Amino acid sequence: MDGVDVKALCDIRGVSGHEGEVRAHLRTLLEGYVDDLRSDTIGNLFARKAARRASPVIMIAAHMDEVGFLVTGADKNGMLHFTNVGGIVPAMLPSKVVRIGPDAIPGVIGTKAVHLEEASERTKPFDPEKLRIDIGANSREQAMKLVKRGDQITWDVEFGEFGSALWKGRALDDRVGCAVLAEVLREAEYEVPVVGVFTVQEEIGLRGAAVASYAVEPQIAVCLEGTVCADIPGVEEQAYTTRVGHGPAISLMDAGTIHSPALVRQLVDVAEREGIPYQYREATRGGNDTARMTMAKAGAPGCAISVPCRYIHSPVAVCSPEDYRNAVRLVRAFIVSIGRGELKI
Amino acid sequence: METKEFLRRLTEGAGVSGYEDGLVDTVREALEPYADEFTVDTMRNCVALRRGAGPEPRVKVMLAAHLDEIGLMVLKTDDRGFLRLAQVGGFDPRVLVGQEVWVHGRRTVPGVIGIKPPHIMSDEERRKAAKLEELFVDVGLGPDEVGEVVATGDTITLRRQLVELQDGIVSGKALDDRAGVACLLECMRRLAALRHEADVFAVATSQEEVGLKGAATGAYGIRPDVAVAIDVGHAGPGLPEHEALKLGKGPALTIGANIHPGVRALLVDTAKACSISYQEEVAAGATGTDAWAMQISREGIPTALLSIPLRYMHTSVETGSLDDVVASGRLLAEFCARLDRAFVEGLPWTV
Repeated sequence: MDGVDVKALCDIRGVSGHEGEVRAHLRTLLEGYVDDLRSDTIGNLFARKAARRASPVIMIAAHMDEVGFLVTGADKNGMLHFTNVGGIVPAMLPSKVVRIGPDAIPGVIGTKAVHLEEASERTKPFDPEKLRIDIGANSREQAMKLVKRGDQITWDVEFGEFGSALWKGRALDDRVGCAVLAEVLREAEYEVPVVGVFTVQEEIGLRGAAVASYAVEPQIAVCLEGTVCADIPGVEEQAYTTRVGHGPAISLMDAGTIHSPALVRQLVDVAEREGIPYQYREATRGGNDTARMTMAKAGAPGCAISVPCRYIHSPVAVCSPEDYRNAVRLVRAFIVSIGRGELKI
Repeated sequence: METKEFLRRLTEGAGVSGYEDGLVDTVREALEPYADEFTVDTMRNCVALRRGAGPEPRVKVMLAAHLDEIGLMVLKTDDRGFLRLAQVGGFDPRVLVGQEVWVHGRRTVPGVIGIKPPHIMSDEERRKAAKLEELFVDVGLGPDEVGEVVATGDTITLRRQLVELQDGIVSGKALDDRAGVACLLECMRRLAALRHEADVFAVATSQEEVGLKGAATGAYGIRPDVAVAIDVGHAGPGLPEHEALKLGKGPALTIGANIHPGVRALLVDTAKACSISYQEEVAAGATGTDAWAMQISREGIPTALLSIPLRYMHTSVETGSLDDVVASGRLLAEFCARLDRAFVEGLPWTV
């Protein structure tokens, strides 16, 4: 069986609210591997694998959307105004090539030439309100024939090999999570029902997961993420959060969730038994779809397993394929352990 | 070689000031077919000489466009394998954050200029601009592996493909001044179809960004009677409307003390005669171009400056018009064809 093509998944463009192409691609990946494949009104994709046993129902979520921008208009010179979707700091904007709308029209975010700057200007980030996207149009009319208000905008960065056996790419957060979930759904049959949910609008407030978990009503919730990894210069070691190449990261607590101590213990037990490297996500900031899944209806215990990704929410992130493969192993072994009845919910 | 293809290969290639070697073959391939001689001098200026038909001693004209680009250099590899940076020429460090780069070590490897995720940034950090000494390149190699590939002093260029926007407008890195070098090709190709008396020296100069070095020694060696620098000029943003050049409206012919009025007048007359639109640009003092160095080479060389309009100069999304490159090349060819001994003899001031 061929593995999931992570490059293809990461190179698809899909900011929050524009997940259609990611969803269509995932459908083709999962067709024939799951017992039920359906989408809901907000755009979540549900991939259900039936099992001999009816419970516990494990819901596993990975979000399809990525941070990016939307077109908000054009000025009289044909320069596009834009707004960001999700958490992007102004430092990420200058001097970037972007792709706009369904036809991936190229544009650039240029800045004032260094020769024309005052020294005092250089101490602050460029004011995002003053930045424009240049598509080479010379009038508002010409620009608005090429793009529309609300068109999605993504950084023009391709997935690729990097360094000694690493990956780099644009939307690793959270297409690596989507790829892990697709692998888990494709590679095996399980004793207990598994509902894989590829969620929408995570980056703007965990919107898709809210309705998806209401519909699924999980008994165990698992979130798959590409998470913060700050093992880089200028960051104190205690703020690294995770480290590239040290295995999938298991969350304990973040801004949205106290992850179930029982599930965390189970994940650790499974990892140690199977010889799968793992690390804890050593930070309490940030959050993910677990916050929604654990609060759906009467609630459910939840956990999160993440592939550490350096430079998330920037044009290009970096992660380790080993961490990715070990995340797949860990999730599969975890489901198997639940199927064996190792954990009483 | 087609001009756009030449520009693509030049801008996607690497040639930080002083390290232009990697581009020499591309320049040779493009210019040599139109040249009687192609040489690379000790400063790594690429000189394509196309001889004229005039009587000896022939008038000599030097066309200079700089081949080097601003870039970065490895200052130090830290104990975890991240690269710390020095800068060659002037970037605003704010345009470097989140960029992909090529590190030109023993082999060329990809890198990323990373930044902390916003999730762990303080509000104060979000409000501060990146400083060069805080930036680093991640090449994804451990401390041992990185030492086998990368060393202090290796150059780093931004990784950027030339992107075609609307209406012949292109964007990429190092259009400053590879657009000018592409213009040399356009000029030489057109000259091949014209009769010209002068010997034309089309020179892709080195080390412009670090002090106009190649043009200074190049002009000394060539000893031209007339020189024209081809560089890029500001099309904004950040300039008042009346000062910003416009893309697609032709080259700017600079006015100021760096420029010999007689040489400029011939450029203007040529543009008018050939119906090539041009713009005006005023430089009170230093133009910051090869024209500044060539003007005071030897006993002085009458010099002019032709500027190709460019947005977002010294970023990795420098944006200009191919039409302007072509128009500039055509203007230069027609200008060269009008040069003769009588013109040169009329250049010294008589009062």
